[in-house]
Amino acid sequence: MEFKDYYKIMGVERSASQDDIKRAYRKLSRKYHPDVSKESDAEEKFKSVGEAYEVLKDPEKRAAYDQLGANWQSGEEFRPPPEWDQGFEFHGGGFTEGDASQFSDFFETLFGGAHAAGGSRGAHFNLRGEDSHAKVFISLEDAYHSATRAITLRQTELGDDGRPRLKNRTLSVKIPKGVHQGQHIRLAGQGGVGIGQGKAGDLYLEVEFEPHPFYRVEGRDLYLDLPVTPWEAALGASVNIPTPAGKVELKIPPNSSSGSKMRLRGRGIPGQSAGDFYAVLQVVLPPADTEKAKALYREMAQQLAFNPRATLGV
Amino acid sequence: MTVTSYVFSGHVVEEEMEFSLAELSQACCVDAEWLVALVEEGIIEPLERESRWCFTGPTVQRVRTVQRLQRDLRVNLPGAALTLELLEEINALRSQLAKFEFSERNS
Repeated sequence: MEFKDYYKIMGVERSASQDDIKRAYRKLSRKYHPDVSKESDAEEKFKSVGEAYEVLKDPEKRAAYDQLGANWQSGEEFRPPPEWDQGFEFHGGGFTEGDASQFSDFFETLFGGAHAAGGSRGAHFNLRGEDSHAKVFISLEDAYHSATRAITLRQTELGDDGRPRLKNRTLSVKIPKGVHQGQHIRLAGQGGVGIGQGKAGDLYLEVEFEPHPFYRVEGRDLYLDLPVTPWEAALGASVNIPTPAGKVELKIPPNSSSGSKMRLRGRGIPGQSAGDFYAVLQVVLPPADTEKAKALYREMAQQLAFNPRATLGV
Repeated sequence: MTVTSYVFSGHVVEEEMEFSLAELSQACCVDAEWLVALVEEGIIEPLERESRWCFTGPTVQRVRTVQRLQRDLRVNLPGAALTLELLEEINALRSQLAKFEFSERNS
């Protein structure tokens, strides 16, 4: 288990006042709020900040944490000293700011026992199970082919001892064809378990595409940077290009240039209104690394009256 | 870890689904009264279907965003409405910028 330096995470001194800590928290939570921030690790940071604040805002927890000593380095292998929390009494303060199930093992080990008492989760008493929400990563190809993917969810459930604990659950899910980034898939009856005769809730999966090595997704449209030779661009050609649905032949018209966009209508992400596929030409020059190549370039220089700087007036 | 061999198929919320007030309140784990407040604030807009309210699929995410803003940043409803509008504008600008940078890179 890694030691977490909560003061470092909050960017405050160990001697910071409760007010300083509160201000730091407010500022960081606005900065890293996953709905607002577009930094790729915003969600991670937001959770760390929430966890750090959960400890530092509470004088009891803070004092206990301080007692671990100031010599621990962030990320260092950590095991709490035996009976480290002796003499401290935690009053499960309720998790108003953060979602306790998202906290780290480090937090869980130190303060895990405390929040069973004050957990706010079970407060909703619904006959029907609660609907739950999770994020899934799928490949672009899955959305084209309606693949079946195994999805592992971490869920909190109440153990026999009444304490919440994490459990992994794996579901095989058929990805609906044409689903795209940011959309949600609802699986009826796969959410929280119902109480008594109540039906189970539903599960909502937010779809996110794994980054693809050569396609860029824009809504339903796909973009591919397509390298072509100067003669293919100049004379026109038919070239094979990859698409997530398989290879297709693309006709490049004569006198194309770098940046020209070729559209393949309806070959983007499929669906009722399928997206388009764009190949963006990138003219790549053959290296002049042999005598023959150099001779050909020299010949072009002699034979072609071509001044690419004509518009610059030189 | 339990592995089920059953394959689940679902629906795309944004395209195939509509929600009644009760269904929306279940999907977002919130009270219907609070959803009515969101409607009054103009944050979500119901369609009238045979004199009953009906919400489109993307509404679920709007509601959940407002929930998170309220819970995490203590934003009130008018503040959440403003935040949503600004976020939409920023997202539109970001996607325009990405398009622009993409064609810039390729020219």
